[in-house]
Amino acid sequence: MATDIRSTSWVNTNHPAPAQKPPASEVGVLGWLRTNLFSGIGNSFLTIVTLIALYFIVTNLVQWLLGAYWEPIWVNRKLFAVGQYPLEQLWQPALVLLMVSLLFGLSAGRWGSIMRNLGVGLGALLLALALIPIGLQAQVVMAASLALLLIGYLIGARIAISGRWLAVAWVLSLPATFVILLGGINLPRLGVTWNFAPLVESNLWGGLMLTMLLAVVGIALSFPIGVLLALGRRSNLPVVKLFCVGYIELIRGVPLITLLFMGMTMLPLFLPSNWGNPSQLVRAMTAITLFSAAYLAENVRGGLQAIPKGQYEAADALGLGGFDKLRFIILPQALTKVIPAIVGQFIGLFKDTSLASLVGLLELVAVGKAVIQQPAWLGVTGGVAKEVYVFVAFVFFIFSFGMSFASRKLESKLGFGKR
Amino acid sequence: MAGHAEDADIIIAKNVNKWYGEFHALKNVSLTVKRREVVVIIGPSGSGKSTFIRTINRLEEHQSGDIVVDGIPLTRDVRNIEAIRMETGMVFQQFNLFPHLTVMQNITLAPIHVRKMKKQEAEARAMQLLERVGIPEQAQKYPGQLSGGQQQRVAIARALAMQPKIMLFDEPTSALDPEMIREVLEVMEELAESGMTMVVVTHEMGFAKGVADRIVFMDSGEIVEIGTPDHFFTNPQHDRTKLFLQQILK
Ligand SMILES: Nc1ncnc2c1ncn2[C@@H]1O[C@H](COP(=O)(O)OP(=O)(O)OP(=O)(O)O)[C@@H](O)[C@H]1O
Ligand SMILES: [Mg+2]
Repeated sequence: MATDIRSTSWVNTNHPAPAQKPPASEVGVLGWLRTNLFSGIGNSFLTIVTLIALYFIVTNLVQWLLGAYWEPIWVNRKLFAVGQYPLEQLWQPALVLLMVSLLFGLSAGRWGSIMRNLGVGLGALLLALALIPIGLQAQVVMAASLALLLIGYLIGARIAISGRWLAVAWVLSLPATFVILLGGINLPRLGVTWNFAPLVESNLWGGLMLTMLLAVVGIALSFPIGVLLALGRRSNLPVVKLFCVGYIELIRGVPLITLLFMGMTMLPLFLPSNWGNPSQLVRAMTAITLFSAAYLAENVRGGLQAIPKGQYEAADALGLGGFDKLRFIILPQALTKVIPAIVGQFIGLFKDTSLASLVGLLELVAVGKAVIQQPAWLGVTGGVAKEVYVFVAFVFFIFSFGMSFASRKLESKLGFGKR
Repeated sequence: MAGHAEDADIIIAKNVNKWYGEFHALKNVSLTVKRREVVVIIGPSGSGKSTFIRTINRLEEHQSGDIVVDGIPLTRDVRNIEAIRMETGMVFQQFNLFPHLTVMQNITLAPIHVRKMKKQEAEARAMQLLERVGIPEQAQKYPGQLSGGQQQRVAIARALAMQPKIMLFDEPTSALDPEMIREVLEVMEELAESGMTMVVVTHEMGFAKGVADRIVFMDSGEIVEIGTPDHFFTNPQHDRTKLFLQQILK
């Protein structure tokens, strides 16, 4: 029909018009190919070059993967998992895993969002490890952890457990982990020595367990320090502000590896002389914590800056004084806003802990190096370095990708209540 | 400290001056407010209305002049400032509710932690206040789930929960859609009838006419004219007042 819309009044007598199919070139496989891969000569050329390159890379990679010699990794799976931790005491790391699984389950049920995502990731990992024949005992532990994760989830989701107590449990789980792994408490200088199992010195801890421990301790301990630094940076007191800015900028200006070396060589200089000689692990953890705190402070500062002035004013007007205002109004909002950033920082730190291999800690990369040098593989042509490093990279990737996926899904829906 | 609690004048501001850098935002502002009085402040944008009522509870610091609230002199002394803030509730244009807390938590937070009230008692009182402002069914929701008018009524309930002697309102309806302005004004009218001392910055001339005991007109950081609503709307004295009224009433 004629649509003369230039006239002053016109009625669309054809309304409602039936919907028509889009032209074939816009939909379907062909349409997709055209718009995405072959729109124009330049893009078509790029697509073809990329496809050819991909073809060679993938075929070669698959060929190599199939022919690769995975024996060293399979044989050393315990070393990759926990380092030189004594075989007969492996129930101790197992206990830690069970505890953490339960806490993850409870948290996933109680808080949902990122905790649920991480819980799903942990569950998938535990399931895979329970099914792969890594050893009956280990599989049973994985299956039991999975069960605790699920039970925890059900409890957390169904029963109104206190979020505050759960948070306290998480905080306590860190020292508990150390006590369990150590087999007791060994602080001779304080006159405290108590053990429920033969002591396992921290220089025997290693592998993925140590990598995790370094990253978790780094984030957990740097958290309060980072928050204080971020608050101090906004302080009205010039001395406090100067100290915080100085610390943050100084630390951010040096690579982690230099801090690790300084921790190894210089830490005793900063400690009272009767504190003796901290272990390698403590030195590395100190360096990582101090490093991480500076970055955390910057993340938290971003969260603090995002709090509108009106929130401070409303708190002031109600008579909520300095500390209450921070505790109830400002920090909860600022920290919720920066959870994704902190998860991102955790992922970075998780990978950076590999630097600890350079100062003598037997974490994942160091285990890999040790495995490559084992006499058993001297006869293998070309050595086993390729396989070992691909495996180590794969482990890092699985965890990093899992965590970033868990928090990416969260970023879009992070908010308060059900807005 | 609340020495002269029986004085008729609950707010006394004498020759208050405030500068933002070089900018003279309040020029010798003097005003006294009696107990149970409702004072409405009007004036063009940027005239210093917000600045003035925010100096009363020290959200803004004034540089010279005296402010005494319920017998408590407003000085740098933190104890005095805290005491004055306990006596005065404030309602903001942008509500400023705490988005991470439920309505109930918004209202009970300060009574519990500042007034040291028992949680149960604070919650019971919060429910009464929510009923008073007409939204008891919203207690467990988060501010983001409420309409603007409902949020502002929660903000009023939150301020009232501290049992203040004075309520300060800074354009409480300016951020609201027309149909929600009414519900907030009704709550404020009820509050005025109950005998609350109120200082209200607003552009709602209906409210000013109907509820105010006195109207204060400010311009360029100064009080230009003070009068009863009758006097003010029928017989304004200063040319600047006449011009302003012409502009907003036409
Ligand atoms: N923090 C500040 N820094 C500098 N100048 C300010 C600040 N706050 C307010 N002013 C200035 O002080 C003057 C008075 O501002 P005020 O907010 O009190 O006006 P108002 O009468 O409340 O106006 P409105 O009706 O727009 O809310 C304005 O010129 C404003 O630009
Ligand atoms: Mg204003």
